[in-house]
Amino acid sequence: MFSKYRDRDLVKKAAERIAEAADGDPLRIMHVCGTHEWAITHNGLRDLLPENVQVVAGPGCPVCVTPGGEIDALCSLALERGVAVTTFGDVLRVPGRKGSLAEAKASGADIRVVYGISDAIRMARQETARDFVHFAIGFETTAPTTAVEVIKGPPSNFSIFASHKLIPPAMEYLLQSGASIDGFICPGHVSTIIGSDAYKDLAARYAKPMAVAGFEPLDIMLAILNIALQRKRGIAEVYNEYARAVRGPGNTVALRAMEKAFKVTDADWRGIGTIPGSGLGLREEYAKYDAAGKYGIAAVGWDRMPEGCSCGEVLLGTLRPEQCPLFGRDCTPERPVGPCMVSIEGTCAIAFKYSDHRLRSLRP
Amino acid sequence: MCLAVPGRVTKIEGEKAEVDIGGIRREASLELVSDQGVKIGDYVLIHTGYAITKLDEAEAIEILKAWRDVARAELEG
Ligand code: SF4
Repeated sequence: MFSKYRDRDLVKKAAERIAEAADGDPLRIMHVCGTHEWAITHNGLRDLLPENVQVVAGPGCPVCVTPGGEIDALCSLALERGVAVTTFGDVLRVPGRKGSLAEAKASGADIRVVYGISDAIRMARQETARDFVHFAIGFETTAPTTAVEVIKGPPSNFSIFASHKLIPPAMEYLLQSGASIDGFICPGHVSTIIGSDAYKDLAARYAKPMAVAGFEPLDIMLAILNIALQRKRGIAEVYNEYARAVRGPGNTVALRAMEKAFKVTDADWRGIGTIPGSGLGLREEYAKYDAAGKYGIAAVGWDRMPEGCSCGEVLLGTLRPEQCPLFGRDCTPERPVGPCMVSIEGTCAIAFKYSDHRLRSLRP
Repeated sequence: MCLAVPGRVTKIEGEKAEVDIGGIRREASLELVSDQGVKIGDYVLIHTGYAITKLDEAEAIEILKAWRDVARAELEG
């Protein structure tokens, strides 16, 4: 349907126009989406860009920023309390302090991978004698799916460990911390929910051009071109390149559900720290579905990266994965050291998949 | 995790739809797009089993046309 967005000539043309628009001045653009990182690397778009234009990955992978302490809490819940923990596939191998959920599963814990929260609820309905806790991670794309199910009222043996995170507060945090970013490619799928208007205030307050982009090569190139052109003209707006999926106000049904089910909280981002107003907790009305309260799980906090891992810098876009001393040798997707190598959307895993460093791991 | 894939709606039953994702049929919930007037034949983006938005093909073609014109103007200009 959208194969035209892979048109070679148009992509090349866009690259030429980016070079013109950026005018030789350094232009550092950050995206905050694992799928964008995948699309950029998979299509080799960085090679098409002029030397002065850099696109770096920010904290766009929800699995990578899930605190190790939360992994620990869910492992103990499954191992010590016999609760069945459901979650998304990528989460299983994320290292906690005492191992990963995959390791807990190997030692007999009931850990199940689900495609979506509705599968988890179906299991809970079928196995009424067992308690289920769904480890609900994900950004604004995933949070509304949790919200609609909570509002509908899952069975009483089902609860949620809410670890959803919000993207605009993380963007603001990076801008506030003085990270060198000249503009943002806004995440396409998150934006289908929150809308392109959600970034307007940030773009204006920090004077940073932004463009919401889809995931085809041309989508991303056009977003970069737009950011370059905005800078050239001295403006900082939000351009919606992905209008086939994203509307200004977003998905109002989804936003209403989120508003109803959740309240905004502070949240810990692994490798980054606590970002104010960047998390979602269940509202009082839905407290009976809140696993943290139900099982008395104390706030967990621990978010340090494993020894020697540079994920924190990778997540902030200050280090490319290849620059981490462990990359490709000690840390590979088969034997990940840090969370950025675990998730298929992690910057390190993507870099590894598409780099010749694969060979390095074969060295004696 | 934030992955979403486009699928074509082949059947609708209340809030559930059957979608065709590159030849594979799957069930998807339409709860989050209940106000978007999704019909059989429409494309939707699906994330963890929920349609999160309807895809607007007309809009896509418009944008592409605009950019083709930009590219052409470049070539001719
Ligand atoms: S290569 Fe491995 S150890 Fe290094 S930053 Fe990435 S995940 Fe962490």
